[in-house]
Amino acid sequence: MIPLVYALQGAAALPEKSNDGYVAAAYIVFLVLLLIYLAIMSIRLGRTERAVRKLRKDAAEQSDAPGQSRERETV
Amino acid sequence: MYSRGLRALSLSTVAAFCVSLSLVFFYAPIEAEEGFLQKIFYLHVPLAIVALAGFVVGGLMAIAHLRTRDQRWDLCSYVTIHMSLIFGVGVLITGSIWARASWGHWWVWNEPTLVSFLIISLLYATYQPLRFAIEDPERQARYASVFAITAGAFVPLNFIAVRLSASYVHPRVLGSASNLPPSMGLTFLVSLLAMALLFTTLCRYELTAKRTRMLLKARSRILGFQ
Repeated sequence: MIPLVYALQGAAALPEKSNDGYVAAAYIVFLVLLLIYLAIMSIRLGRTERAVRKLRKDAAEQSDAPGQSRERETV
Repeated sequence: MYSRGLRALSLSTVAAFCVSLSLVFFYAPIEAEEGFLQKIFYLHVPLAIVALAGFVVGGLMAIAHLRTRDQRWDLCSYVTIHMSLIFGVGVLITGSIWARASWGHWWVWNEPTLVSFLIISLLYATYQPLRFAIEDPERQARYASVFAITAGAFVPLNFIAVRLSASYVHPRVLGSASNLPPSMGLTFLVSLLAMALLFTTLCRYELTAKRTRMLLKARSRILGFQ
């Protein structure tokens, strides 16, 4: 949110006649929103990757010790 | 399943955005009255159109869910509405920036277009709390679908009501009052296409991520790790 606030402050600080800052602010807001969304997506992707790694590790452990897994199933 | 063709879609979105921004800043002429400020419309209006269309499409997907009871339609409806809400936030912020530059105020309460869009956004802001307040997945999907259909029907009605209202302070880009020269019209259409592609790409990414997580959970449960 900080870049957004800076963009808006920058736009408001420009002289009355110049509207360039407002146009820049609008496009920056759009870019920031997109980047925030992509950052959230990458965090979630990292979580999914960790879950896949854990699942793979657990599956490997289970295949190494088939007796233990059978025990787990009956419990 | 949802990831099929995602790379091609992503690349076409990036290409469309490059073309769109080039047209906006190097091809479209500076408007006589608004000046350079009018360039905001190539971002703000496509965002608004795509967000509103997304709400309606979310409602149509909800109808498909209620008709077929297929959970995939519910997931699609949820993702579409979620993305439209994010785009809606973009519309409100870019609209406020334009209003500040053009009217001298960040927000004008007696302007029907602004207030109606805010009402729609607030209405859809209640979608997620409503959805996740229900624990039973089937009931959750059903209630969310009913909400999406009702709210989705409200969107075009609201749009028509605003168009019929007396105030025409808010500039019109499309419709009878539109007198865009061909260069501006082309730029606007390319911007709209780029925004629609971005919306579709992000929805597909979200759907792929959700589907992968669901599969992972199911696989963990089957293998007895959860």
